[in-house]
Amino acid sequence: MTETIEKPTEAEIWQWLDAVPDPEIPVISVVDLGIVRGVEWQGDTLAVAVTPTYSGCPATSIISMDIETALRDHGIDKIRIAHQIAPAWTTDWLSEKGRAAMEKFGIAPPTDAKGPDHCPHCGSKHTEKLSQFGSTPCKAQWRCKDCLEPFDYFKCI
Amino acid sequence: MTRDEALFDFLLRLGDNTLILGHRVSEWCGHAPVLEEDIALANTALDMIGQTQMWLGLAAEVEGKGRDADTLAFLRDAWDFRNLLLVEMPNGDFGQTLMRQFLFDAFHSVLLGRLMTSSDERVAAIAAKASKEVAYHLERSADTVVGLGDGTEESHARMQAALDYLWPYVGEMFRADAVDAEMVAAGIAPDPAGLREEFDGITTRVLSEATLEIPASSFGHKGGKDGSFHTEHLGHLLCSMQWLQRAYPGCEW
Repeated sequence: MTETIEKPTEAEIWQWLDAVPDPEIPVISVVDLGIVRGVEWQGDTLAVAVTPTYSGCPATSIISMDIETALRDHGIDKIRIAHQIAPAWTTDWLSEKGRAAMEKFGIAPPTDAKGPDHCPHCGSKHTEKLSQFGSTPCKAQWRCKDCLEPFDYFKCI
Repeated sequence: MTRDEALFDFLLRLGDNTLILGHRVSEWCGHAPVLEEDIALANTALDMIGQTQMWLGLAAEVEGKGRDADTLAFLRDAWDFRNLLLVEMPNGDFGQTLMRQFLFDAFHSVLLGRLMTSSDERVAAIAAKASKEVAYHLERSADTVVGLGDGTEESHARMQAALDYLWPYVGEMFRADAVDAEMVAAGIAPDPAGLREEFDGITTRVLSEATLEIPASSFGHKGGKDGSFHTEHLGHLLCSMQWLQRAYPGCEW
């Protein structure tokens, strides 16, 4: 009976997931963050593979719950969320859209240079590290030496 | 000892190191000298607890007796723990905590680097994940050891005292036993003795930059990684860490 209901395509599902905000940085989606690693129909069950950013990140279980809720809201009942750790998450998987939204929100996006390229508030290149760690496992605390504002830097891993 | 029994023990060693040190470091939460350090310590602890879930989760799977990471963490008693003695040592002052962290991070980073090429894909995957986090831990603990060692007269004296106190717990990291031999034979893990050179490279460089002197004595305590002789400190730690599950078995929220 359920066979007659047309399953949403994987592309549609990616679009829905792109509307699920990251619980800590709500201006970017879980897809922007690069933690949704796969979406696949396995019979009438939708399998979603999610990878944690940091192994102890407390947001991981909330993210899985949010993904499940969003998919249920779109009428998908059978969902299997699998946690995968390999290959390990990297900030290279952040989308361009996500990086831009992050900067607009006041978080400096990751760079290869062990620190932010510029202050997300005033654009100055004169910045200094306050602490290797910040408000969430994925961020460090920096400060701008020109506008003197502190800001979060999304660590590059 | 079968290969899986040895692997189970080996995974407990990895998971118990991060569990016990993660708990120790979390004891600082709300007590660190400045807010940034408080946050950094809590984040480091969080990473280690996350790594614990993976190592002990895999240990439980390998054991195949229906236990899980939580049962292993909360329902074993001191003699079943397989962590290095170093990680159960008390926090002491902030300097002693950071010295302990630096010595462990140096060892941990070298070990994880080798485990990334383990013949066991599950071990290699966890090592690859943890290794990225530990690179950050090492950078920070090394920087702090240099900052405090090469700091004021007071901070220098405290860091030297911390190094003198903790150095006798370093040797245990590199002592091999039957479990290690089995892991080496299976290509799962390196011989611990072979990690020493790289470890010495890191510690010699950082400690000399910190103007600290490595103690001359090669005396070493042992008994943590094989569970034969833990310090009295572990029991007290477990008392507080396991209290809830002991008082209210199976409690969840």
